[in-house]
Amino acid sequence: MRVNKRFVVRSMVAAAALAVGAFGAGGAFAQGGPIKIGLLATLEGPFAAGGADGMRGAELALMQRGGMAGGRKIEIVKASSNANPDVAVNAVRKLVEQDKVDIMVGPLSGSEGIAVKDYSKTQPNVTFINGGSGAQATTLVNPSPNFFRFNTEGAQWMVGLGKAAWDKGYKRVMVIAEDYAFPYSQVQGFMAEFCRLGGKVPVKAWVPLGGKDYASTIARIPKDVDALLVVLGGADAVNFLNQYEAAGGDKPMMGGSITVSQDVLNYRGKRRDSLVGTISAGPLADAFDGADWKAFVADYKKNFPVDKGGFPSPSLFALVYYTNMKAALDALDAVKGDLSGGQAKYREALSKLELKMPTGTVKLDGNRQAIGTTFVTEVVKDSKGELTTRVLRKVDNVDQTLGIPKDQFKIGSRDEPACP
Amino acid sequence: MSAAYWRRAMNTGLAAAARPLPLPKAGAVTASTPAPVIDPYEASDAPRWLKFLWRHLAARHVFVFALLLIYPFVATPFFTFQIAAQSLALGLIALSLTFLGGYGGMVSLAQMTIAGIAGYAVSILGVSGASGQAMSLAWPWWVVVPFALVIATTVAALIGWLSVRTEGIYTIMITLAIGVAFYYLVLQNYSVFNGFQGFQKVYPPTVLGIDWRSPVPFYFLVLFWSLAGYLFVKWLVRTPFGIALQGVRDNPRRMAALGFNVTAHRVAAYAVAGLIAAVGGILFTWYNGLISPNSVGTGWLINILVIAVLGGMRHPIGAFLGGIVFVLLQTFAIDVIDRERFNLVIGVVFLAIVLFSPDGLLGLWAKLRSRFGPRQALVSPTPRRQA
Repeated sequence: MRVNKRFVVRSMVAAAALAVGAFGAGGAFAQGGPIKIGLLATLEGPFAAGGADGMRGAELALMQRGGMAGGRKIEIVKASSNANPDVAVNAVRKLVEQDKVDIMVGPLSGSEGIAVKDYSKTQPNVTFINGGSGAQATTLVNPSPNFFRFNTEGAQWMVGLGKAAWDKGYKRVMVIAEDYAFPYSQVQGFMAEFCRLGGKVPVKAWVPLGGKDYASTIARIPKDVDALLVVLGGADAVNFLNQYEAAGGDKPMMGGSITVSQDVLNYRGKRRDSLVGTISAGPLADAFDGADWKAFVADYKKNFPVDKGGFPSPSLFALVYYTNMKAALDALDAVKGDLSGGQAKYREALSKLELKMPTGTVKLDGNRQAIGTTFVTEVVKDSKGELTTRVLRKVDNVDQTLGIPKDQFKIGSRDEPACP
Repeated sequence: MSAAYWRRAMNTGLAAAARPLPLPKAGAVTASTPAPVIDPYEASDAPRWLKFLWRHLAARHVFVFALLLIYPFVATPFFTFQIAAQSLALGLIALSLTFLGGYGGMVSLAQMTIAGIAGYAVSILGVSGASGQAMSLAWPWWVVVPFALVIATTVAALIGWLSVRTEGIYTIMITLAIGVAFYYLVLQNYSVFNGFQGFQKVYPPTVLGIDWRSPVPFYFLVLFWSLAGYLFVKWLVRTPFGIALQGVRDNPRRMAALGFNVTAHRVAAYAVAGLIAAVGGILFTWYNGLISPNSVGTGWLINILVIAVLGGMRHPIGAFLGGIVFVLLQTFAIDVIDRERFNLVIGVVFLAIVLFSPDGLLGLWAKLRSRFGPRQALVSPTPRRQA
């Protein structure tokens, strides 16, 4: 026992010494040779699965060009957060100040994006490219000169849905959405178009994030609305469906970009058939039949098969991280790996980049925010009786102010826009 | 590990805890300051505080203090700000739990809640981004900070008043319940706490022409308050109040029989711990530059307990040691192991420390010293001259 204890103590001391040595060595290889790209996604917390798929998307972009860009080797340094802005900034600060990355790709969620954008202003020598975050304010309010976003955001993702709803004959719509920035922007993307066409939204119900009881919301649904716009996360949407069905509801539904997920398509309740015809909008559509998209999906499946942890089809997060990482690498090609002069040339190349994406072409506006493509999809029943989606419409060149002149555009909130 | 061994470990642990400050004899509380056996400075006519310093300062104190002063000028801004300042701010919050748990015998999980209340108070009353919704009152900082401290301390006293009626695991449960209730309150209240998004851009003010958020000034700001908190706790546990509190910890019935108001002592301990947590909470909010419901979520409530236990609850320095280890792990664990499994490292290290040394890093240090160093007592916060 005694010898044993001494051994344990000594080995712990040795382990501590080793660990200190490892940290020390980590700092020594800071400069020279390959270009370092920091990659931040949420590997913990509520978006852990999405964050891991985001990492896969970013890695895919690098694999497709054999780990090289602009004639230089690319080294990726990963970091993780848990969708909290304070954790994200800590992780980014470590990548930038300790690991000395040249380019930073990330983070994933909205409030993280705003916090990282604020931080990017204190690091003018590093170029920050967004990962998956989609808060409107990131590029609309006090944009940072070295923060670029090649993915479209929450409001842009809903463009086209308003028209599709109007075409379906919905004149009055009630909104049920979670009470934070992302659903605000989604609702705005829908309402901007829907209200312009003459539609009315008499009631907006903002439900708390993580709430499981929708009884009071269901009680507020007016008799005279034609449809419900439900902007809830996939599992919560199923919860809502169950309770709405139990309450005897029969209004048709429309979904936000993350609402009509596989959870909803697998719904087994009595109202299952009434889900057919549910429309939603988003930056990607599994059922899109463009050749580039099919090639992208095939490439993803080849590199990340399901038995190695990949998804059956690339998720939204894989696509947006792929987009942003591809932009970072394409611009490196354009300047032939030249990051001199405070990365001035590189940033100019980024601003002018016309990014060829599997879903269409993406370019940036004056605030370094993407102008891109949105898909409107509809739930249909296939020959085996399974629910699946089909593409109703593809909308190109969606800009961040949704076609509204910049000086009149206000960021979406609980009360903005309104057309009761 | 046999039951006998476990019992022995528990007994020695208890004995060691009781040794530094034996219970005062009945009625002799005021005369209990341990007088040094020989005082070489008795005859000198130097001022009292200088004599106090002579008596209590050892070479290691001066050494550590000098190291802390030089550190920011040697280390990179990253190590100054993210590692050192963050560790100290978290350590200060954990110190409140060390004081409460180590000297008062009450383990509260709501210390991060109190820190969060102070942080929210600073954000709501002071200046913040708040997404342009004019939710913050933008009062000047010298009004905001005292207000925040008063609010948090009052709430801490109320939490104490609620939970002192319980003991042991029930105290943990009730403080956890309060913490979780506060989390849901700030998550779902939009008119005051701004819900899920919380407050951004909550920065320390620029005073005397110094931007207190740039790494070196912020480090010294946190260092100052950490030292203040540390010395305050060291001083407080030797005052009649502190001694009585430890008496309450060891045997509340006896203390009650001796005429001490047990409840009042415990509530006062909560208030004092609340003040320390509030200072730490304001600094931590300034460090992050933001506060959101997740800053007071269950994860953080537990993290503070982890930090306190990791360092060791027997001495106030343990909280800061725990803070340093915690922050180092959080920051660098991802470099050591597969990126998607790094939380495992954090868990394993925590488990290892707690397993091999139920008294945290301090206990580990004491064990190492008794094994390899010259023979002496375990952790001894008693004056050196007695040894």
